[in-house]
Amino acid sequence: MWFPLLPADRIIRQRKDARDRPPLVAVEKQKGAMRIVALSREAKRAGLVVGLTLADARARIPDLWVEEIDRIADAALLDAVAEDCDRVSPVVMVDAPDGLTLDITGCDHLFGGEAGLRLGVSQRLRRARINARTVIAGAPDTARALARHAPLQGRIAIVAPGEEAAAVRSLPIAALGLEEKDRVAISRAGLKTIGALIDRPSQLFASRFGEEMTLRLRRLQGLAPAPLTPRRNVPAIWSERRFAEPIGREEDIHSAFADMAREIGDELAARREGGRVFEASFYRADGAVRRVAIETGRPVRQGETLLRLFREKLDALADPLDPGFGFDQMRLCVLHADPLAAVQPGLDGRAIEDDAVADLADRLSARFGPERVVRFLPEDTHDPDRAARAAPAIFNPMTSSLWPAPEAGEPPLRPSQIFNPPQRIAIRFAEIPDGPPRRFSWRRKEFTVRRAEGPERIAPEWWRAPDDAARDYYRIEDAEGRRFWLFRAGAYAPGADTHWYLHGVFA
Amino acid sequence: MKADLEALRERVARLERGSSPAGGERFSTGSRAIDAALGGGLVRGALHEVFAEGMADEPAAAAFAIMLALRASDAKPIVWVRQDFVGLEMGEIYAPGLVELGLSPDRLILVRARDGPAVLRAGEEAARCPPLGAVLVEPWGNPKTLDLVATRRLALAAARADLPVLMVRAGGTPTPSAAASRWRVRSAPSRQMEAEAPGHPCFVADLLRDRAGAAGRGWTVEWNRDRLAFTDIPIADISGSDISGNGAALPGRVVSAAAGGPDHPAEERRAG
Repeated sequence: MWFPLLPADRIIRQRKDARDRPPLVAVEKQKGAMRIVALSREAKRAGLVVGLTLADARARIPDLWVEEIDRIADAALLDAVAEDCDRVSPVVMVDAPDGLTLDITGCDHLFGGEAGLRLGVSQRLRRARINARTVIAGAPDTARALARHAPLQGRIAIVAPGEEAAAVRSLPIAALGLEEKDRVAISRAGLKTIGALIDRPSQLFASRFGEEMTLRLRRLQGLAPAPLTPRRNVPAIWSERRFAEPIGREEDIHSAFADMAREIGDELAARREGGRVFEASFYRADGAVRRVAIETGRPVRQGETLLRLFREKLDALADPLDPGFGFDQMRLCVLHADPLAAVQPGLDGRAIEDDAVADLADRLSARFGPERVVRFLPEDTHDPDRAARAAPAIFNPMTSSLWPAPEAGEPPLRPSQIFNPPQRIAIRFAEIPDGPPRRFSWRRKEFTVRRAEGPERIAPEWWRAPDDAARDYYRIEDAEGRRFWLFRAGAYAPGADTHWYLHGVFA
Repeated sequence: MKADLEALRERVARLERGSSPAGGERFSTGSRAIDAALGGGLVRGALHEVFAEGMADEPAAAAFAIMLALRASDAKPIVWVRQDFVGLEMGEIYAPGLVELGLSPDRLILVRARDGPAVLRAGEEAARCPPLGAVLVEPWGNPKTLDLVATRRLALAAARADLPVLMVRAGGTPTPSAAASRWRVRSAPSRQMEAEAPGHPCFVADLLRDRAGAAGRGWTVEWNRDRLAFTDIPIADISGSDISGNGAALPGRVVSAAAGGPDHPAEERRAG
């Protein structure tokens, strides 16, 4: 698919009064002069071409609509078109700056054949007021070259299988996409068309222009495979529903979704796999696409489980799924799958229970987000602030014996809750200058210390914070039994200001 | 034949339990006094509420709930749903400190909920998962959505899954609820270790409400991490001295603060 007038289309789409305006040109400053880099159909018809300076153009047509080119906005429009084409096929490649390639293998039957598909896409684009040339061919390079370089009259829109080489024969050399100097060199040799190149032995060109050129030539004829880099991951498995009439009722959406989930589940079971990353796409009749992705801790394949996960996720969306005038298409993809053995009926009770807990973590993660459903993992460090790391539970399944057991008979030496950052406290009275405080105030309350243990000196790891002072920690209990973890920043030095902090609270 | 009879007896017993207002299996707290007053402990498949007496007692209330969860859960996973604001106000959960209470973080899934409704939602979802050992629910203050209906839903889920749901009401005040028991907890002075060091966690737990009718009583208990049990402690044991040595001396107190000083008692204790 080629959008020859994309920048102009974009600007015209934005203006309601575009019809009444003079021919449009988009300009850019090049080598000190404003030059035309894109133009509208009207401007083209008036005889303007890309590369002309704005002054020359104005001399020919005084009444021009001039805009500066905005390549970022153009790329965004191309992306939006690509997103829309996702309805046709999940494999869409962006052919920047003004083209798209779709892999429609196995998709055309949904539209009543290739001709129907092409017609459908063209109509959609026409309604969106985007000029496009579309060609269907057996190889991506063939289609691309034909869309861009074939003359408008007598153009082949759909290349029959095996006819690729014949179709590209009449194309100009430029269709190869070579560098300018190579193109000129070939032209100077009197070779004007692709056909002329095909008729000559390929070694001739390989020695002069490199293997790359013969490879391109072969790709153009559909003889060599071309690498494809789709803009989105190609789903391993997908299921899709199209509706002749857009559906908007929740029950309808739900039942269609349940159907797809079941289908996906069956497919996964057949492959002995379970999905880890799923994505649901909801295509609104007005062109908007809403995608909702879900990640699970373990491979999942039961349709029921999948359905529950998505229901949690959809319920919790900050901006809920809005069907507008209805969805005319829905798709459910498995973006990543892992091997999963068939369910064994004789699974022991423990495994079933573990599964139920993992399912719960998946559901909670789907609803609240994986970063909000966490497990604590120990870190090998003396720094109290980094001794534990909260990690998403779905990526860190339950395991035992990560955490060491405490020494028997000892009271708790670490607080159950911690303040980050530590809270500054005011010392009212300390009996010994380098000892624990006797009275302190925190949050406008006075606490009288009754018991204390310390100091436990904890030095920061030198490679992390070489300038931070060591901390002297004390376990403190006040007269009413509240237990605190305090520290003094830095060792005691006579005459110097010492700062005390409350770092945590014990049970 | 004998086995049949046994099974029948069990079934009858279960039916009887199910019909009583505070029915269901109970889990012991470890404290003889509390267990005796409650008829064997707290009801397992039920909602229990824990309040803190004052703001500074919130850590004690949360810890008390963890300890009840540990008593009930028998090494099974525990889900803790906590509203973000509780962490900001009262301190974030500190995993190494949980270890010190006897809860290995290996068993814990923490759900950080944005607001009250999210806490209740996640709590209920978790309470419907029977393989869990216990569910801790910790909203902040008195969320609007936390009403009789919401607590009844939690209580129902708890009963169905036979799983205790322990609600820590950080910064909250009692409101009508379907809880089977309601506790008010405050820190109590610990029995001191050598050299004036703070000892094992002690609490005063008042039973404000109990479906079975034991409300209005209070107990002073100490948490024994090694046995994962509460133990009763006599009042005489906790009225210790303050650090400057003005109070009554306790039996077993070997180093006086004035003589030894609190400088290096930790090393002394570990060496001994």
